[in-house]
Amino acid sequence: MLISVYVPFLVTAALTLLAPRPARRLAPGPAAWALACAALVTAAGWMGSLALLAFTGFAQIPQVAAEGRWSVSALRAEDPVYLVVAVVSALALAAGVLSLGVAALRQARQVLWARRECARLPGDTELAVLDDDAPQAFALPGGPGRIVVSRGMLRCLTDGEREALLAHERAHLRGRHYLFRTVWRLTAAVNPLLRPLADAGCFVLERWADEEAAARIGSRTVVARAVGRAALASAADTSRSAALAATGGAVPQRVRALLDPPPPNRTLPFVAGALLLTLCCTSLANAASDSEQMVESARRAECVARAGAVVTLQAGQPMKGPALCRAHHKHHED
Amino acid sequence: MHHRKTVDPGGASGRRARGELESGVLAALWAAHGPLTARQVRELLPGNLAYTTVLTILSRLYDKGMLVRHREGRGYAYEPARDEASHTAERMHTLLERGSDREAVLTRFVSELSEEDEQLLQRLLSGHDARDGAERFDERP
Repeated sequence: MLISVYVPFLVTAALTLLAPRPARRLAPGPAAWALACAALVTAAGWMGSLALLAFTGFAQIPQVAAEGRWSVSALRAEDPVYLVVAVVSALALAAGVLSLGVAALRQARQVLWARRECARLPGDTELAVLDDDAPQAFALPGGPGRIVVSRGMLRCLTDGEREALLAHERAHLRGRHYLFRTVWRLTAAVNPLLRPLADAGCFVLERWADEEAAARIGSRTVVARAVGRAALASAADTSRSAALAATGGAVPQRVRALLDPPPPNRTLPFVAGALLLTLCCTSLANAASDSEQMVESARRAECVARAGAVVTLQAGQPMKGPALCRAHHKHHED
Repeated sequence: MHHRKTVDPGGASGRRARGELESGVLAALWAAHGPLTARQVRELLPGNLAYTTVLTILSRLYDKGMLVRHREGRGYAYEPARDEASHTAERMHTLLERGSDREAVLTRFVSELSEEDEQLLQRLLSGHDARDGAERFDERP
C-alpha cells in the first residue's frame, strides 16, 4: 500500500512523457490502439489510486468508522497515508469525476449532432459536396457517416489527389476513428496529464487514414501531395483561419512521413508499454487488497474491543472474546 | 495502381464499391468547370472502369436529383445540381463557426498551418518534385 498505490501515478507520468514521441513514428494502426489502451488503463489506474487514498482518509471519520464497524485508532496506527494526501486525492477524484461527466455529456451531444447532420445533408450518397469556394473537407461520423467536401477543396486537387482525399476520409469513417477520439477526450478529462497522449493519438489517427489511403490508391506520393496541397489551399483562404484551433506542425509531419518509406513494424515499444500498463494494474490490485486487509484488521480490532467489553460485563459466559468476534464476523460478511 | 473491384450489384462489398464510385463521380463533376459526358467522366476516374458502369452511376445520381443533365450529341452531359448544396454550405458554415467543440467528432482532412509550416510544406513538396521529376503527377487542374 505504501508504494504500490502510487505506482499508477508513476506509470501515467512515464507514459505521458515517453509515449507520444515514439507513437508518432510507429505504424499508425497499432500505435492508435496502443495509445487508446494506455489512456484507458492509466485513467482507470489514476481514478483507482485516488479512490484508495481518499478512502483511507474517509475511513478515519468516526461516523464512517462506526457505520463500517472498524476501529479508527487501529486504522490510524496502520495507515501509511497522511491525511493531507487523502484530502487532496479526494478533491482530485471529485474534480476528475465531474470533468468526466461534463466531457461525456458534451461528447454525446456532438456525436448526436453529427448523426443528425449526416441525415440532413442532401442525398444519400457517401459524399456530400458543399457549394463553397473555401476549401474544406471532413468526415462526419454517423451510421455509415458522410464525407463532406467543399467545391473549393475538390477544385484545388488533381484527379488522383481527389481519390486520395476520399480514401482518407473513408478510412476515418470505416475505422470509426471518432470512438478513439472519444476515448482520448474522456480520459484527458479525467486526468489532464493525459493530454499529450490524446494529442499524439489524434495525430496518429490522421497518419492511419493517410496510410490506408496510400494503400488503397497505391501511391504514397499522391496522398502526400493531396494533404500538402489541401493544407496550402486552406492556409491561403484567410477567411477561415480565425475559427480553427492551431495544431501546428501536424501537416508537414504527415507529408514527410508519406514521402519517407512506410514505418517499420516494431514490437519493442509496444511490449514496453504493455509491461508498464500491467505494472499499473497489478500495483492497483495490490494496493486495493492491502487496503482491504487494513480495514479487515481494523474491524477485527474494533470487534475484539467490543467483545472484550461484553465479556467483562457478562463474566461467566462460555464464549470468549475472539471466538465471539469470529462468529460475529462470519455473520457480518454474509 | 488502382485496385477497384468490379461492381457487384448484390452484397455489402458491392454496395460499398458502388458507393465509392458514386463519390468519385460526384467529386469529379464538382471539380470540373462545365458539364461532362459519361466518356469524359470516365477519363477523370482512376482505374479502367467500363463505360456502362460510369453511365449507370451517372443516371443513378441523376435519378437521386444530385445531377442535372442536358442533351449533347447522342448522349447527355452532366453537371452537379447546385441549389441544395449551396444551401447546405451556408448552414454548415454557421454550424462549424459556432462550436469549437465540433472538432471532437469531425476529423478534418488538414489542420491549420503556421507560417513556418507553410514554408516547410512548400519545400517538402517542391523538394520531392526535384528528386524524382519522372514520377511526377499531373499539374494543378
